[in-house]
Amino acid sequence: MRSDEEARPSPETLLKVCQAEEAQEASGKLKIFLGYAAGVGKTYAMLEAAQQRLRDGRDVVVGYVESHGRSETDLLLQGLESVPKAQIEYLGVILPEMDIDAVLKRKPQIVLVDELAHTNAPGSRHEKRWQDVEELLSTGIDVYTTVNIQHFESLNDIVAQITGVIVRETVPDSLLDRAIEIRLVDIPPEDLLQRLREGKVYIPEKAARATEKFFKPGNLMALRELSLRRAAARVDDQMRAYMESRSIAGPWPVADRLLVCVSGSPFSERLIRTTRRLADEIKAPWHTVYVETPGGGKHVRENRARVWKDLRLAESLGAQISSLTGVSVAQALIDYAVKNNVTKIVVGKPTKSRWREFLRQPLVDQVIRLSGSIDVHVVSITAEGAAPKMARQKRPMPWSGYLKSIALVLAASIVCEPAHQHLAPTNLVMVYLLAVVLAAVRLGRRESMLTAFLSVLAFDFFFVPPRFTFAVSDTQYFITFAGLFMVGVVISTLVSQSRERADSIRERELQTASLYHLSRGLAVSSDLEAILAELVKNVEESLGANVMVLLPDGERLEERAASTGMALSIKELAVADWAFRNHSPAGRGTDTLISAELLYLPLQTSGDVLGVVGVKLRDELEYSSALSRRLLEAFATQVALAIERVQFGKQAEQAQILQARETLERALLNSISHDLRTPLVSITGALGALRDKLNPLLEEAREDLLDAAWEAAGRLNRFVGNLLDMTRLESGALKLKEVPCDVEDLVGCAIAAVEPQLGKRKVELRIDEGLPLVNMDMVLMTQVLVNLLDNALKYSPRENPVELAATLVRERLTLAVSDRGPGVPEGELPHIFDKFYRVPVPEGAGGTGLGLSICKGIVEAHGGTIAAENRSGGGLQVVVTLPVR
Amino acid sequence: MKTDSTKPRVLMVDDEVAILRFLRVALQNEEFSLYEAENGHSALAAAAAVRPDIVLLDLGLPDLDGVEVIRRVREWSQVPIIVLSVRDSEDDKVGALDAGADDYLIKPFSVGELQARMRVALRRSLQPGPEPVVRCEELEIDLPRRRVTLSGAEVQLTPTEYELLRLLAAHAGRVLTHGQIMKQVWGGSYGDQNVLRVTVRNLRQKIEPDPSRPRYLITELGIGYRLKCD
Repeated sequence: MRSDEEARPSPETLLKVCQAEEAQEASGKLKIFLGYAAGVGKTYAMLEAAQQRLRDGRDVVVGYVESHGRSETDLLLQGLESVPKAQIEYLGVILPEMDIDAVLKRKPQIVLVDELAHTNAPGSRHEKRWQDVEELLSTGIDVYTTVNIQHFESLNDIVAQITGVIVRETVPDSLLDRAIEIRLVDIPPEDLLQRLREGKVYIPEKAARATEKFFKPGNLMALRELSLRRAAARVDDQMRAYMESRSIAGPWPVADRLLVCVSGSPFSERLIRTTRRLADEIKAPWHTVYVETPGGGKHVRENRARVWKDLRLAESLGAQISSLTGVSVAQALIDYAVKNNVTKIVVGKPTKSRWREFLRQPLVDQVIRLSGSIDVHVVSITAEGAAPKMARQKRPMPWSGYLKSIALVLAASIVCEPAHQHLAPTNLVMVYLLAVVLAAVRLGRRESMLTAFLSVLAFDFFFVPPRFTFAVSDTQYFITFAGLFMVGVVISTLVSQSRERADSIRERELQTASLYHLSRGLAVSSDLEAILAELVKNVEESLGANVMVLLPDGERLEERAASTGMALSIKELAVADWAFRNHSPAGRGTDTLISAELLYLPLQTSGDVLGVVGVKLRDELEYSSALSRRLLEAFATQVALAIERVQFGKQAEQAQILQARETLERALLNSISHDLRTPLVSITGALGALRDKLNPLLEEAREDLLDAAWEAAGRLNRFVGNLLDMTRLESGALKLKEVPCDVEDLVGCAIAAVEPQLGKRKVELRIDEGLPLVNMDMVLMTQVLVNLLDNALKYSPRENPVELAATLVRERLTLAVSDRGPGVPEGELPHIFDKFYRVPVPEGAGGTGLGLSICKGIVEAHGGTIAAENRSGGGLQVVVTLPVR
Repeated sequence: MKTDSTKPRVLMVDDEVAILRFLRVALQNEEFSLYEAENGHSALAAAAAVRPDIVLLDLGLPDLDGVEVIRRVREWSQVPIIVLSVRDSEDDKVGALDAGADDYLIKPFSVGELQARMRVALRRSLQPGPEPVVRCEELEIDLPRRRVTLSGAEVQLTPTEYELLRLLAAHAGRVLTHGQIMKQVWGGSYGDQNVLRVTVRNLRQKIEPDPSRPRYLITELGIGYRLKCD
């Protein structure tokens, strides 16, 4: 039993399998023809396969294939439909590129795209061709493509080590994982070299250069092995996935988790790739973090772009990335590792010189000391390949700062000049120290160090005997010099550190405040417009940027809110549209459609993309700034959630309205079936009895039945009339014909109409003298009075009179119909004007439940009011008021 | 009701067979000669051929609208026309009456009501001219002498009030639309009907025992007025 349980795949596993299969269904299938070098015949193999598919009756087109003038390849291209290439002009040169829009429009079953790693000409939609391929796949088109092993991201540095050539065009490994089939195109290196010599790969002069540089037998062998291993690893992956999904027991690795920390140094990239390889080998998830320390504030700002790029690289290689803050990098790393169950931390071997190690314990040692049960992998990183660009790029010399330093020192000397006769030279040092402190506070670290250095020189020159030489008579002054210089350095370091710390804290504070401000604004925004306005306002305030929010309206994106003066061209709209459809950022500062003017971020919730926000930042640097991006992304997420909240609210509201309508419709149906059927019962019953010739009725019974049927028919007619009135009122078909009317006439007509119900009963009238003519639709207002009088008569005892008063109160005609009946329970009063509401009276006087709601409809159409109240002394009074114009 | 030895000829126009059948049964005993038509064109043909004494006309005919039928009949005949229709809006009524219909009954109606209206219409049409003295209970209007008395006492009326009352008395029992009255009394130049309402109110003060519950000068809601004389 237990073993059964264990053998069953876990729900999560099954879900994963399902999702993977679903994703496969929806998107196109990727087939990769993988080679280890140019000339192994990838394109040839791909075209051969395409021809085969064509013969199978599939719809195959060529998206982009470069034959390099090879006749065999050209031959295979025959019979295949080619989508015309886009001609993109760049710096006066026309570059042919795949026309992705044309391919999308053509929508073939299979498209051939050569050279997956190709970098598109600037101005293309995507920076890289593999991004084009991803888009094609996402629309459900199958893609056949070719790529060489050295182009894979994670192998990039190994290839560089083997061949000494740095490959700049890389493809994320995830694409390789995504391919449903990898066809390894392999020929022995000797054959490849032979082909190269025969000029089958490159034109001869190019071939010579290539052989020299890249096509060395050793290189080729290594690359061949690499590609074979990678393809084998991929098969291994599939096997594992298969076994896992079927719960076949195997030697599963324990749940390892790797962590690597990047700093923006040139070695970070190698560290990331190494970690990815390690993680791949042991099938472990991995994290990449960046730790921001207060002291490193300036360093951070200088390396922002690099750090951000490292993190993005890690993410594209499948890492989970995050950015931490802490006083100590090691401590922050360990804290993160413990919280995330990391089992292995990868760190680089220190490259700093011994004496610096002596001053500061290297990160490796700190991590190892703190690591506890976590393994620490130390990876050697050497500076080979491209000469590492130093992370700290030299700032251009701020000459004004140095000039100020010199001025400060001069000023200090001038101050000391008159004082040196009274003071010992060592006390004059204090004045120079003051200059150093001032420089540290006002100017910066370099400037204050210069100030310290100059101070030592000036002090020596001017005040240390013998004066006006650099010679020193008393050797004890060397201690003063050293002291002055050391103190200067320490102070300037401390001050600049604390300033940087303050800067970074302020920046963070600003960020937190902006987010807090936005979320507070969003919390009180109850509708879409308010939310969007809040977003625009906050982005403007916290980033000084211009914003535009686009939301979908049917098929198109519509501008819904924007900073003043923002307008989008068609091209920009297309970029926004791309970001919206592909659920990923696009435009300036991203990898996609980088020539756009704005950066576009999708407003994404867990379920859906609700819109796009376009941002125009103040300067180019901000686009690559991790801080701005993080803040913008946080904004976008918050706003997306707020929009979703509003939409949910609206949906709930609609559901409620729908429910209310359903209840009403049910009431209507009940009422109609009851009110239509009941009279019909009396009528058909009477007619049936009258038709019955076998049992002739007595004269008296006949009369009774006829009376009942007559009455029922009248009731039926009234009900249908009410229903028609109600329908007219509700459909808006009722047009008021307002003309000045005589109130007395109105009352007379109403009383005449209720005459049949009145019989011997009296209506006590009280009509003020000299009422003006009142604008109204007399037919409808008569109906109101008739309904009210009818109710009053129906619900009050026969012996009690009904009263009708018409008076003028505050420029309004007031009509009051009162009875001395039982009244209406207080709680029911507000409902009596509702449709199909009937006061629960014992005898069931048989109203339709529509009379009062019709009255209400008519009176309100006149701009009047209607209200009911219980009278003191019993009975109900309904008061109608109409404006007198 | 018979003023002539021959039975009055009644032309019944309706496209509903059930209604025709009901009318046939309802009017059987009343010594009428009954003629039927089921659409507008056959109604016009029958009106010319039969020369009916009264026409009962449905408005919703398949080929011609009832109002059009009234208009065409009125081009050459003053035969009383009573409209029987399910259309209960005031506009429809006014339209039919203005076109020349004498009366308007909304379906469903009772047989008694129909017979009463027919009697009024027939009496009027078979009379050679209007009666010189119209009596409505206590109210007496002596047209030749331009004298109005209520319970024997003379009532002083302004010329407009008298003109209004005379018009209604000349068509006693019949509804006159606002438009018809305005045209006859004020020459139709007044678009504003306030003057009519005010005149009616003043007239009622003089001739009605209880002006808020008029017995003689009846308001036909949204249509016009009628002098009620049974």
